[in-house]
Amino acid sequence: MSLKAEHLTHIYQKGTAMESCALSDISFEIEDGSFVGLIGHTGSGKSTLIQHLNGLIRPTEGTIYYEGEDIFSEGYDLRSLRAKVGLVFQYPEYQLFEQDVLTDVKFGPKNMGASEEEAEKRAVEALKLVGVSEELFKRSPFEISGGQKRRVAIAGVLSMEPRVLILDEPTAGLDPRGRDEILDSIDRLHRERGITIILVSHSMEDVARYADKLMVLDKSRLKFFDEPKKVFSHYRELERMGLSAPQITYLAAGLRKEGIMVDEEISTVGEAKAEILRIINETDKA
Amino acid sequence: MLRDITIGQYYPVSSPLHRLDPRTKLAGTMLYLLSLFMTDRLTGYLIATVFLFTVIRLSRVPFRFMVKGLKAIILLLALSVSFNMFLTPGRELFRLGFISITYEGLFTAAFMAIRLVYLVLGSSIMTLTTTPNALTDGLEKSLGFMKRFGVPVHEIAMMMSIALRFIPILVEETDKIMKAQTARGADFESGGLIKKARAMVPLLVPLFISAFRRALDLSMAMEARCYHGGEGRTKMKPLRYGKNDRIAYVIVIIYFIVMGSTNLLPF
Repeated sequence: MSLKAEHLTHIYQKGTAMESCALSDISFEIEDGSFVGLIGHTGSGKSTLIQHLNGLIRPTEGTIYYEGEDIFSEGYDLRSLRAKVGLVFQYPEYQLFEQDVLTDVKFGPKNMGASEEEAEKRAVEALKLVGVSEELFKRSPFEISGGQKRRVAIAGVLSMEPRVLILDEPTAGLDPRGRDEILDSIDRLHRERGITIILVSHSMEDVARYADKLMVLDKSRLKFFDEPKKVFSHYRELERMGLSAPQITYLAAGLRKEGIMVDEEISTVGEAKAEILRIINETDKA
Repeated sequence: MLRDITIGQYYPVSSPLHRLDPRTKLAGTMLYLLSLFMTDRLTGYLIATVFLFTVIRLSRVPFRFMVKGLKAIILLLALSVSFNMFLTPGRELFRLGFISITYEGLFTAAFMAIRLVYLVLGSSIMTLTTTPNALTDGLEKSLGFMKRFGVPVHEIAMMMSIALRFIPILVEETDKIMKAQTARGADFESGGLIKKARAMVPLLVPLFISAFRRALDLSMAMEARCYHGGEGRTKMKPLRYGKNDRIAYVIVIIYFIVMGSTNLLPF
């Protein structure tokens, strides 16, 4: 069930000299409640792919099924789909336009036909979820800090109460602390509310830490769709695509080369710590 | 959505026309446009047709792509054709109530329509085969003599190329913001005029803010690279006429003279 793509192909400006293929023959199925990391080099088709998932652009060929229904079929209600599959664009703060933060976040639910009180209730809840404090609610979205703007914009999509949340590099241009805070609140949404998350990211460390499945795009094709550990074990191939594995994967490979047989599949600092302690303990015993 | 705008668009292929000096193309286009108004003989139109279609073939831009630009003038075309058709006095062809259509009217209308279409096609060949930057470079150089009369030619050319450069950026930005708001349930298509106008607010406010931000960034970047106007500025690729440009000039001038002399013919 949930979100499924079948033979998705997208060609921009077909039939002209500017023709370019952004996606070719992509098929996958994303289970309800999973956390998927989407990685790929710039121009690999990530942004094009996620815009298909809530029906913003039509594929040249192939289609998308949400809960078993073809979203590009005649008469399908794309507007209500967009409430269920929320999409947060890159630099979402550039879409803010209202006079104050709260009114801006209310824009989504009101478009979906929610009453004034209902919209307000959802907006307040969404803002709290992403950690925007109450004293900012009546401020103009243009006079708060960059990190706060980003959160307000994410709340703008969350307030529609989506079942699937797609985020296109939500941490781009933020300082390390802002980055961790945003990622932690996304992770909380996933764990506490069971929202399916699709996170587009350039940071292997981030996807290794949060995602339970990884999707790797290379030159408009889907190269891997598997557990992070399995994907990272192909790090030579990832490098050829202009990507890399997390630092810890390289550390593990280096240690194994020196004859210290750590588990090949570790990819986060936490796992590395546990693994190295295990080996130290074993050698102490021996 | 907005990627299909063709007016003033450059079509990136390689052709002898693309490689010409922008000044040659500017002058050639000017002479071609003038030539359309110099003739009122059938032979003239025939020559212009042959010339135009040869040039289109040479440009390697698909004809289909060029015709798209004509959509913009359909209304103008319909108006001028009907005015000419119904209001020209002369030998009556047939009558529908108080409207009468004359031989002369029919001919003027047809020629008028051809003229308009050829004007648009001719000038779009120039923009389709010349990058906006080359075009402003060409303009700056050809109008350089006006500096002596105190016209800030360089500044105007610079503003023009910046404006042209910003068109695709702003189109893309509009597209992006529109999608972002659509993802939040905004609706730009349905509803009456007032509803549609109100639906533009979530699009226009972010668009203006981003345009100002980009303008500020650009001016900062220009100052950081010590931009100080055109005085004493050299070019990495100065415009230079080549052999092909000379050939092109000769062809265009011969065409122009032939067009001018068609008026001496009986038809």
